[in-house]
Amino acid sequence: MKYLSTLLCGLIFGFGLAVSQMSDPMKVLAFLDVTGDWDPSLLLVLGGAVTMTVIAFRFVLRMPRPFFESSFETPPAERITSRLIAGAGLFGVGWGLAGFCPGPGVVALSSLPLSAATFLAAFVLGSLLLAAIETKRTSGKDAFTKANQA
Amino acid sequence: MDHFTPLPALIGGCMIGIAASIYLSTTGRYAGLSGMLRSVAFPGDPDRRLDALFLLGLFTGGLLWMLPGSVLHHKISAPPLALVMTGGILVGFGTALGNGCTSGHGVCGLGRLSLRSLVAVVTFLTTGIITVYVVRHVMGLPS
Repeated sequence: MKYLSTLLCGLIFGFGLAVSQMSDPMKVLAFLDVTGDWDPSLLLVLGGAVTMTVIAFRFVLRMPRPFFESSFETPPAERITSRLIAGAGLFGVGWGLAGFCPGPGVVALSSLPLSAATFLAAFVLGSLLLAAIETKRTSGKDAFTKANQA
Repeated sequence: MDHFTPLPALIGGCMIGIAASIYLSTTGRYAGLSGMLRSVAFPGDPDRRLDALFLLGLFTGGLLWMLPGSVLHHKISAPPLALVMTGGILVGFGTALGNGCTSGHGVCGLGRLSLRSLVAVVTFLTTGIITVYVVRHVMGLPS
């Protein structure tokens, strides 16, 4: 049941990304292009999504446990670190260059196969790069496992 | 303000939020897509199968919209491949470093009223906006 509902959630999420046009990189860039021909549509995408989650999460998180699992996952500690800011900052730059972020990249595989595949491959490379840098600093864990823990 | 599409944006956004909420209620996990992608790309994550399923659903869901409605859609395009590649590397690196992207921090993080995620969202929106400004209006590159 857990697997079925996961597939379903992915389906709805992907459908929503396509309908909202978040999987259209030019639409995303038009939103980020505030000084140009600005298209604020993405604001409504995020607004709609967050409105739903702010309301629904309140109820969901009051449950003793999720329906098909024993407990809720623990979110990361509420610490605002330079790592967080640097990471988010770099993500934003990449987003502004490519017009894709991870989810839309997968959705766009059906409509912009070359661009989306390039993006996703580059995403993997970027993840590996960080893992390699971090592996140099710490000992023991290999780059792959490290990349997974991000 | 060209091509402003408030209704599809709002509807799509709500679907995204609903999907993330159902996902949390059923699996207890936050729908952070950058993490899911990494989990599938690299070995070692116990939730790899679950993440792969979600991503499969994601792709299929997108397909379900794109295929039938293709007569209604305007032709979509992407930035030059060089920018997509460079951007992709930075997105991979940055989301790993910052622990999330628009779904993780934006949809889910803000959903659970996380200040940390708010900081992340404001940060990546800011650098995203600055980047597009520089690329389009300072460097004059087609993007």
